[in-house]
Amino acid sequence: MRAKARFYPKEAARLLQERPGVREAVTGATLHFERNRLRAYAEVPIEEWRERAKAVKDHVLSHLDRYLEEAERRLLEKGVRVHWAEGPEEAHQVLLEIVRRRGVRRAVKAKSMLTEELGVNPFLESLGVEVFETDLGEYLIQLLKEPPSHIVGPAIHLSLEEIRRLFHERFGTPLEASPEALAGVARKVLREAFLTADLGISGANFLVAETGTLALMENEGNIRLSTSLPRVHVAFVGLEKLLPRLSDLALFLPLTARAATGQRLSTYVSLLGGPAKEGEEGPEEVHVVLVDHGRTALLADPEAWETLRCLRCGACLNACPVYRQTGGHPYGYVYSGPIGAVLDPGLLSLEEAYPLPYASTLCGACLEACPVKIPIPRLLLTWRHRAVAEGLAPGWEKAAMAAFRKVMESPALYRLFSKALRGLPLPQDLLPLLRAWTEGRGALRPSPKPFHELWREMEEDRGRQN
Amino acid sequence: MGEMRVALFITCLADQFYAEAGVAAVRLLRALGVEVDFPEGQTCCGQPAFNAGHWEEARALARRTLRVFQEAEYVVLPSGSCASMLRNHYPELLPGSREALAFSERVYELSQFLVRVLGVERLGEGLKGVRVAYHHGCHALRELGVREEPLTLLTNAGAEVLPWEAAEECCGFGGLFSVKLPEVSLAMADRKLSTLPEAQVLTSTDAGCLLHLSGRMAKRGANLRVAPLATLLWEAYAG
Repeated sequence: MRAKARFYPKEAARLLQERPGVREAVTGATLHFERNRLRAYAEVPIEEWRERAKAVKDHVLSHLDRYLEEAERRLLEKGVRVHWAEGPEEAHQVLLEIVRRRGVRRAVKAKSMLTEELGVNPFLESLGVEVFETDLGEYLIQLLKEPPSHIVGPAIHLSLEEIRRLFHERFGTPLEASPEALAGVARKVLREAFLTADLGISGANFLVAETGTLALMENEGNIRLSTSLPRVHVAFVGLEKLLPRLSDLALFLPLTARAATGQRLSTYVSLLGGPAKEGEEGPEEVHVVLVDHGRTALLADPEAWETLRCLRCGACLNACPVYRQTGGHPYGYVYSGPIGAVLDPGLLSLEEAYPLPYASTLCGACLEACPVKIPIPRLLLTWRHRAVAEGLAPGWEKAAMAAFRKVMESPALYRLFSKALRGLPLPQDLLPLLRAWTEGRGALRPSPKPFHELWREMEEDRGRQN
Repeated sequence: MGEMRVALFITCLADQFYAEAGVAAVRLLRALGVEVDFPEGQTCCGQPAFNAGHWEEARALARRTLRVFQEAEYVVLPSGSCASMLRNHYPELLPGSREALAFSERVYELSQFLVRVLGVERLGEGLKGVRVAYHHGCHALRELGVREEPLTLLTNAGAEVLPWEAAEECCGFGGLFSVKLPEVSLAMADRKLSTLPEAQVLTSTDAGCLLHLSGRMAKRGANLRVAPLATLLWEAYAG
């Protein structure tokens, strides 16, 4: 996916102006998720869970080479074909070989953020393969040719009205069709796709090194169908998705479900163990593509590697009051919200993702929500500091900061500034920063006297009284 | 308790925009038998620069703040955000500085100081029947862990702290965020204010949040008293 992250501020403002319905839809949906998460966290000793999950993830990330090799051995033993992809090009090569050899014409896809990173859909389409996204939300945005707006709920930004209109135009359903009727139409289209597809594509929530098991979580059943009906299944797995032991799933499956949707467990959990053997049903051919795409570089970053603990649950998006105003599109890359703001600079480059670490008030709600305690506020600050150190801050900001320092380093200048704030007519509409403040909030009105003057008056009064 | 001595760090925003909070804090602390100093060399803690990534500028201001307050046994601020800057971020900004580390333990937000250090939970009954909407400033709440202290002090003074669905949600101020992403910042304020209960006064520990929220309310024609927490706590005491 081509990143447009550097346009974040403009895109956020434009979206709020032009599509006010998105704010309403996203706020409603995220608050709903957030309430469910809080309730689900409160039911269990969540601090213990989070600490354990963090410890397991940190352990895997510190021994990633070993666990990757172990996973590869187990997968090969099960007859899975294992590929290593540094980025989109290698991933595309794997698909190209399969499409050519098996004459693939139709593919069904389970929702996967990694395949968004890799541009799997446009690549398959360029080969003449018809691709069906089979997650309902993902299917909707595929029809609209929009990217996902949320890690878990890709169509979170759409209102029911928009979906009705889309289906009306596309399938001729009545404009007042019920959500159930709309889902029924999608089900019909997708069932047909499942039964006729030559290729199933998925991501994975976890890959267990000990057993070579792929674990996938979902609520619609489409992942199970995508990975079991077509004769070939390809799973794209980010290097950070490893878990050491099968028993680790006992913690990570419920923790992810509680964080993501407030469920105790997702409706479906598929544990995939390789191609079908004699007499079994399932795919003849299973491929696991282990994808780096910036992850080893991030792992080597002593200040930012903790980002790789991410389970892609979306809890930080739901908790984020900034994300809630716009949804994910203005962020301009696959991952949005708080985790996107700290992951995207690592996966892309800071230059491309420059504005994202600033898309936050540092309120800390993301850290409270994160099931693996990624220190997102601290990471935001780290990326901001790096941006400044690399000279990416705009000129006006550097000048303002230099002036700010000069004034604040000198009490005499500070007092002069204080007088000017009251004595001089402020050019409130001339300075862009001041205008950005006053337009939405009215003129700045300082106290009649600053406290440091009131303090002197108080002290003089006390002196007289004594 | 006559021996207790604190240095007040008014913080630049309160100094300029909520000077009355400083007067209230001084009166209240003195009424409780605490000696109050106001080191006059103080300016800004450097948080705007730190949060924007300009750590060199922030470091210079952190160092001078440490110097200005080096004699203080306790540093008390009518701000959760600046208190957290001193307490949590100075040691990060000045790694290896024992001075910053030792200093951080002497820093308190005003209500936190009253409850945790002085052990005062009742100030008086000056807020009897007053319906208060309390906005939890994010840094007070999530970085300092100050949640109950202000509520206890307000409630014990007779105030009715109203349930507010969005009380713990960020108001959208965020320092420079408010002018770098004004549209998002205002959308956040509007969401917060759309859930505001029928209060007589809106209060919080932080001047930045109050400036942002009161400006937004005035712009939208709402007329509600906005007062810093320190001011209400003095009213709680003095009636």
